[in-house]
Amino acid sequence: MQDLFHIGGKALSSRLFIGSGKYNRNSLIPEVIERSGAAVITVALRRVNPDWEEENLLHHIPSHMTLLPNTSGARNAEEAIRIARLARAAEMGNWIKLEVIQDQRYQLPDNLETIKATEVLAAEGFVVLPYMSPDLSAALRLRDAGAAAVMPLGSPIGSNRGLRTKELIQILIEEARLPVIVDAGIGKPSEAAEAMEMGAAAVLLNTAIATARDPLGMAEAFRGAVAAGRLAHLAGLGPVEPNAVASSPLTGFLDAVGAEA
Amino acid sequence: MSFYDILQAWESFPFSQRLQGYSDVDVRRALGKSKLDAEDLLALLSPAAGRHLEEMAQRARQITQNQFGNVIQLFTPMYVSDYCVNHCEYCSFSSIYDFPRKKLDMREVDREAAAIAATGIRHILLLTGESRKDSPVDYLKACVKVLREHFTSIGIEVNPMSVSEYEELAIAGVDSLTVFQEVYHRETYAKLHVKGPKRNYRNRLEAPERGCAAGYRSVNIGALLGLYDWRQEAVIAALHADYLQTNYPSCEISLSIPRFRPFLGEYQPDSDVTDRALVQVLLAYRLFLPRAGITLSTREPARLRDKLVHLGVTKMSAGVSTAVGGHSQDGGTPQFDISDERSVSEIREMLYQNGLQPVFKDWDILIPN
Amino acid sequence: MQVRLNGKETILNEGCITLADLLAEPPWRDRKLLIELNGTVVKKEDYPVIPLSEGDQIELVHFVGGG
Repeated sequence: MQDLFHIGGKALSSRLFIGSGKYNRNSLIPEVIERSGAAVITVALRRVNPDWEEENLLHHIPSHMTLLPNTSGARNAEEAIRIARLARAAEMGNWIKLEVIQDQRYQLPDNLETIKATEVLAAEGFVVLPYMSPDLSAALRLRDAGAAAVMPLGSPIGSNRGLRTKELIQILIEEARLPVIVDAGIGKPSEAAEAMEMGAAAVLLNTAIATARDPLGMAEAFRGAVAAGRLAHLAGLGPVEPNAVASSPLTGFLDAVGAEA
Repeated sequence: MSFYDILQAWESFPFSQRLQGYSDVDVRRALGKSKLDAEDLLALLSPAAGRHLEEMAQRARQITQNQFGNVIQLFTPMYVSDYCVNHCEYCSFSSIYDFPRKKLDMREVDREAAAIAATGIRHILLLTGESRKDSPVDYLKACVKVLREHFTSIGIEVNPMSVSEYEELAIAGVDSLTVFQEVYHRETYAKLHVKGPKRNYRNRLEAPERGCAAGYRSVNIGALLGLYDWRQEAVIAALHADYLQTNYPSCEISLSIPRFRPFLGEYQPDSDVTDRALVQVLLAYRLFLPRAGITLSTREPARLRDKLVHLGVTKMSAGVSTAVGGHSQDGGTPQFDISDERSVSEIREMLYQNGLQPVFKDWDILIPN
Repeated sequence: MQVRLNGKETILNEGCITLADLLAEPPWRDRKLLIELNGTVVKKEDYPVIPLSEGDQIELVHFVGGG
């Protein structure tokens, strides 16, 4: 069964989004893409350094990939909007991972500024995928502002600590009525599978693959985990048996003498 | 998009065939989930679920305790006018019945309100027959002005209105709206609503949403069980509540579980809603919508009400008269027969004995000026 | 002419009149860059016709790895 995933008018063949940062050499990226099966890859924008010639990252990204530039470095809505507009000038699509981080110690997103930037960018035709703290009110406001999905954090960026915000992400999945992509914090394939079992639309990860001893092996492990979690979600998890009740203290009255049929 | 559009997608759904198809496994799966979908709702209202009422009840009680605690909010309906322009087959206020109609003037409203308030009740539900001519917005506003002197929460159950009319009443002090679709099944709706503006199905269906849009704090909907197949009606009513909850997260959505009681008319119920059926509907509502209020009226007999308070109910009417002015004068014609005729203090005592706290005043809105 | 280039005060060569001229300079030549001039994104086709002025704020950026 083809389980396509539509976002921003595109049908994606994989629910695993990967990042392009933190690899010890960028030449690994094409094979990571292949082994992970990912269809979306994030990239960042930085000032060019005049002093040395850097290799062009885009050379390592096959043309079939959907490029998801992020706004990393933005500390408020205005900066994020500027970065998004610059990224679009590359004419490689209109997707943007909106990331506004005020707090430099924990690198936690600023939901308020993120909502403001989403309004502006969605109105300009961007497919906005906001990175956010899993808060339902914020998710609903992002939806109203025109976000194509929400990307709640599982735990702080780069921490590899897993789904610490599970309860809150579950609420978003149940209530937000737009795709929920778990971004940040997933360190192990089992955690990616867990997010997918919960009903996440996709997961985005970078550090877990890029910093593994064998990034290619880990890319393939995550591919399997995401697929397994998704299949489990679609198959419907089996019933969790509640504690057995011997008698019928709450409904016994229905069988009592004199009760209706 | 309104719930009307969603409903249209369900119109061709083969309810009876699908409901028969659920098994014990489907019911247990639904019971093991934290968030139920439409498929689970159908399973819980299926014949198969009738064999699992105790498990459903255990879960329902647990959810209710988690969400609401051990409390039941009490309210009293107050009928101020029985003039009605509609002819509905199942209702004794119907325009075809010839009985002396009555409408309270403000002095009488005040006396009736004082009699109800003396029982300790602070949540009042203002009811009229449906007639824009006899109980127009201005009349309701005048009533609300009087009621505000006696009560902290005022709900209305009147003819469907526009958003701006609802807003006008909200400014006057109304915080809650009750509108029952009565029956969601369209053909039955058309058959039972013979004459009058109530024939407009869609206008009524969208009235609760207009109340949400007008900013009411609480909106209460319901299917009058018995007018059509109760399983199907309960599915649609629960989906309606789910739609409102999803789209208006700041409004508390409640479901009532009125069961048709015969009265003045000849009309006899179409679907036999036994006690077991009523319990199944109540439990399915609670499991599908953990945060929804569930309202139980005095249509049900005391012996049953005393049991249902443990299964997910959050609001109960008490000390009820369904006749206009019934708390302070004699001789009105009741809209329907009530079964639980206990006084407010008797209900309060019953709740305490069941380990539940009766809540007379849930909130007190701050109105500027 | 002095401009602020990627956050640094920079003196441009005599012949640097347009953005295209700037991009022909050795450190930038043949690189895939995106340009923001005084807070506004400039399209590639406009590089030859956009003149530079004293005090301009120019950002030259490119894609790098990121998560």
